[in-house]
Amino acid sequence: MKKLIFYTVLLFAALSFIYPFIWMISASLAPESEIGSLVLFPNTFTLDSYTQMFSKIPIGRALFNSILVSTLVTIGVLVFGSMVGYALSKLEFKGRELIFYVIIFTMTLPFQITLIPQYILMVKFGWVDTYAALIVPYLMNALAIIMFRQYFKSIPTDLLDAARIDGCGELRILFTILWPNALPAIVTIGILTFMASWNEVLWPLIVIRDESLMTMPQLVTLFAVGGRADAQLGVKLASAILLALPIMIAYLFFQKYFIQSMASTGLKE
Amino acid sequence: MKTRKITPYLLVAPYILHFVVFVAFPVIFSIVLTFHKWNIISPMKFSGLDNYVRLFNDTLFLKSIMNTFVFLLIHIPLQIFVALILAEILNQKIFMRGFFRAAFFMPVVVSGVVVTMLWQQMFAFDTGLLNRVLTTIGLDKVGWLVDPDIAMSSIAVMATWKNVGLYVILFLVGLQTVPPHYYEAADLEGANRFQKFFYITLPMIKPTMFMVIILSTIGGFSLFIEPYIMTGGGPLNSTISAVLYIYKQGFFYYHMGYASTLGLFFALIILLVIVIQKKFIEREK
Repeated sequence: MKKLIFYTVLLFAALSFIYPFIWMISASLAPESEIGSLVLFPNTFTLDSYTQMFSKIPIGRALFNSILVSTLVTIGVLVFGSMVGYALSKLEFKGRELIFYVIIFTMTLPFQITLIPQYILMVKFGWVDTYAALIVPYLMNALAIIMFRQYFKSIPTDLLDAARIDGCGELRILFTILWPNALPAIVTIGILTFMASWNEVLWPLIVIRDESLMTMPQLVTLFAVGGRADAQLGVKLASAILLALPIMIAYLFFQKYFIQSMASTGLKE
Repeated sequence: MKTRKITPYLLVAPYILHFVVFVAFPVIFSIVLTFHKWNIISPMKFSGLDNYVRLFNDTLFLKSIMNTFVFLLIHIPLQIFVALILAEILNQKIFMRGFFRAAFFMPVVVSGVVVTMLWQQMFAFDTGLLNRVLTTIGLDKVGWLVDPDIAMSSIAVMATWKNVGLYVILFLVGLQTVPPHYYEAADLEGANRFQKFFYITLPMIKPTMFMVIILSTIGGFSLFIEPYIMTGGGPLNSTISAVLYIYKQGFFYYHMGYASTLGLFFALIILLVIVIQKKFIEREK
């Protein structure tokens, strides 16, 4: 009896999480006139919504922009984050504590305070409507540094000393010895950074006006609130699906890593 | 084993440079901006405390802060309640537990833009799923996004739907730290399910609970894209969030000085709330 209640609750919850996504996919494949109904399988399937969307907005270009921006941001965060994390965890130097506190300070600083001045910086640098505006401010991430620092601490220092005796430079030690030993941290930070970058929408809305430089979330948002979809629901939903699809496919394959990564953000408090 | 003295500094140099340009300078400049009137194009004009005076008389800004708090007050308890129930159930011996966990987590990874567009259709007055269900079982339609008294709650429900999967996982981790023999002892004493939950589970998962509260508070304060897409802040400004209002002042009207004042003021409120929560947590610990 108890089990029955449990499974009812679970099934209802699972349904409420999955049904909307399936409905959205099927609505984007239905002719515009049939979308009103909430039936999951339309009588006729058509790709009309998709072809119309492709002719209305440069979504292919936006997909390229999103991949480019998220990839470069992720690489930057991994490289720079591990460099700082390494220095903070394995090297002795004056000011190490100070830098650590600066990083903690950055983590607690609400973004609402720097939003306006950062935009002004972009204007003064001449970076409005450039990839630089989407990438450079995100190249460092305080949480990533802290996570690298934490992980590197668990790697024995003997390993590094042996390499130093062989004459390895610090960068080579970092990338050829620490990196291969820190794969879980790299995967976690990589997933978190890529996802955050992929889904970021407020900052692009502020610094990009040129349609050919827009990332997917921005383009889809402006398409949804602007008049260009001509109130055609199917076309809007088709654009939303293209935005969701890459992450959802990645999630289906690497589900375990996604869940672990996201859960670990909280545990670092 | 000694390394060259300069190496550590070279490793952290990019970070320091980035920090100075993109964090330290903006923070200081945002304070300078609050004493100025500036639209970026014409020269900056010193305006004394004008921006502050204006802020305290700006009923719409104060409303946007209230709206954000209304959102938090609905969203956080709802999220904890739902997440705890689902986590409690998933913590039992459940068939296909992995499937359920994955299903609950799916909206967490998807862009807020997609989730908002999706729920806009669920909430639609005439054609939306929710109102169709209500009319089918003989109830009146609800103005999910058109009734000013309800719209913010609707957005809070949607945000819960989007995030709850993450909190289910966090609670699940917390629940697994409770030693099973506590429950066995309670069973021997004849404790019922609710007693076990309130006297064993809840105190044991306190740290998780606090973490969930702080994480969702920070998330809630950045509420922006959901009202931006769904309602544009309406009806009757009932869903305009603080970030949405700052965005409008800054990037719609180009009131850089004023928007900066709003940003600074709101950031102080956020920090205050977080500090109070942390103080409370430390006392509880």
